[in-house]
Amino acid sequence: MTTKGSQAQKKPALEALQATIARIEGHKNRKRAVLPFGVKAIDTRLPGGGLALGALHEVAGGGNDALNATAAALFAAGIAARTKGKVLWIVTRQDIFAPALDQAGLAARRVIHVEASSDNDALACFEEGLRHGGLGSVVAEVGRLTMTASRRLQIAAEGTGTIGLAVRRWRRQTEAADFGQPTASTTRWRVSVLPSAPLPVPGVERPRWMLELLRARSGECADFEVEGCDANGRIESCGVALPASVADGAHQEEAEQRRA
Amino acid sequence: MSADLAARKIGVTPGIPVAKAQALYPDLTIMDADPDGDRAGLEALALWFQRRIAPIVAVDASGGLPDGIVMDTTGTDHLHGGEPAMLETVVRRLADSGFTAKATIAGTWGAAHAVTRYGRGRIVIVPDGGVPDALCNLPIEALRLPAAVIEGLRTLGISRIGKLAAMPRAPLTLRFGPELERRLDQAYGRVAEPILAVRPVDPVSVARNFAEPIGAAETIARYIGKLVPVLCEGLDARGDGIRLLDLLLHRVDSQTQTIRIATARPARDAKHLTRLLCEKIETIDPGYGIERMELVAVLAEPMEVRQRVSSLIEEEEADISGLIDTLANRVGGESLYRFAPVESDIPERSVCRVPALAPDDGTTWPAGWPRPTRLLSRPEPVQAMAELPDQPPIFFIWRGIRHRVRCADGPERVFGEWWQGDAELTIARDYFRIEDTAGDRFWVFREGDGEHGETGSQRWFMHGLFA
Repeated sequence: MTTKGSQAQKKPALEALQATIARIEGHKNRKRAVLPFGVKAIDTRLPGGGLALGALHEVAGGGNDALNATAAALFAAGIAARTKGKVLWIVTRQDIFAPALDQAGLAARRVIHVEASSDNDALACFEEGLRHGGLGSVVAEVGRLTMTASRRLQIAAEGTGTIGLAVRRWRRQTEAADFGQPTASTTRWRVSVLPSAPLPVPGVERPRWMLELLRARSGECADFEVEGCDANGRIESCGVALPASVADGAHQEEAEQRRA
Repeated sequence: MSADLAARKIGVTPGIPVAKAQALYPDLTIMDADPDGDRAGLEALALWFQRRIAPIVAVDASGGLPDGIVMDTTGTDHLHGGEPAMLETVVRRLADSGFTAKATIAGTWGAAHAVTRYGRGRIVIVPDGGVPDALCNLPIEALRLPAAVIEGLRTLGISRIGKLAAMPRAPLTLRFGPELERRLDQAYGRVAEPILAVRPVDPVSVARNFAEPIGAAETIARYIGKLVPVLCEGLDARGDGIRLLDLLLHRVDSQTQTIRIATARPARDAKHLTRLLCEKIETIDPGYGIERMELVAVLAEPMEVRQRVSSLIEEEEADISGLIDTLANRVGGESLYRFAPVESDIPERSVCRVPALAPDDGTTWPAGWPRPTRLLSRPEPVQAMAELPDQPPIFFIWRGIRHRVRCADGPERVFGEWWQGDAELTIARDYFRIEDTAGDRFWVFREGDGEHGETGSQRWFMHGLFA
């Protein structure tokens, strides 16, 4: 009896504590909406079953691609393409080739490009875009992203439900080490290019990426091998065996089913 | 209508039948009368007069068709050096612009109208009390009467105004109605005839003077917050919205600081406009203080009312014009754009920048060929080894790094656009999408088709990066 009674007394305290935490975090009554990738192996790894909307996500290029962030930009374009509404794309140096975004499912009429003169300006525009709430997503190519700046962006995104995608792009290889610094973003990805599958005839197959989930709030790290965005901005799991981190139990079965 | 000197020389006069005019001059070009066009042109001219000569100006259409301009010059002639000088200026300015004009000053609108159109002389000034003399010998057509009345008077054998004015009024009114006597009285100044002046479309503006000069950013912001709603009320009355708004800050040392904001769509929201202005306060230098603030709606456009989309059919897109304004005022309007397709096979010409809120024309790029995510602003030369004429490179050196090609796709031949210039008549580029052994994918091209020297230098260039 006594133990039962103490448990009954404990529970409200726990609930109150959880409510307090939720209130501090600022999203007490809202079930977090997510944007699934449509790839089971990835979605099951992400809390909530997809990329959280109303949050800041970071994407960087891996290896040689850290300076150009081509795959990272296209990965972000694929995510942005699957959101509804206009997309704000903020850069500091413009070298995006619009037909490529169009081929990743992000039609040119949906994208408003902003050319900011500095990283600070880009971040200010980023925050402005996230705070507005009328956009589907905001993509910004930024180099330095401090804890303070990322927290501001994360809060701005939480307030409106707009997804924020920070494509990290540096001017020098040495600056790329900045990606190790902690930020307030919800997830952090690294996209590196992989050699495409060989074709029986001369030609280049659909691009392949190594997708590393380096950080996920209340989730675990993982890495995936995927095929690049199709015309609807969807990535697909590769037909070959999944890397060890995903190839466990249930996921293995799902992968088998996908292959079948 | 009227006829100019050349027309009169061959015998064409106003009111002549078209067939007769053509008989007189076989090569005559015939065009329909355009009273609306005449009126619009005269209104523009009237506004110009209003700014230059006198405040009360109107298009004179009292004769039936708009064929002149009437102004009330009372109290303004001294500004232009007297009445003759003023008329001389007006006629000369019009002649400089290619118009033959006649000008008259008279005590009444009716008299001036009659003397200008039927009197002799380019510039006439009817002295005070000289109206009856001036009108005496003019034809009755000068009285702005309906055609039926003139016809009737001619039947009676009356052709001059002097004779008409001397006749007893009662029988005339009985026969021709009150219009005849009204026009006579107007011409002789016995009844008033007001001129309904054209209204200029001048900008909405509000201003505020300060007894004590202000300088602090917070104070400026507070007064912006007070002025903008007043301006918005003025715009509301006209049904207009701001496209270009100037805030003029007159400093005590007679210098003026300005803040100009532009909006992508007509805007009348006081909160939004206040915010746009306040964001720019840091750009102004108050100096010793600001004694007058003035807000001028430089460019206003009618606010368009748009029907909301029914949620049954499609989801409504959020209005982001407010965001566009905020961003444009931060980074500059030319740094905010959309890309739109251009029909060109040459990659760097296939995109153009259009304003962020430009309407979508529905065109897209051809989807058949993969395009690189990043396009280099100018193609960079690479050293490459390739089999001629149409094999991709085996390896290439770009930015000092050697890449071995694992697989490639191509060539995609792009020809020069001969309509752009002679230099592009023969040139061609062969584009290849190549992947190196590390998995990096590039877009390289060879200048030339690999066979013919006139198609290009046969050198290789890096043009883009694939994901």
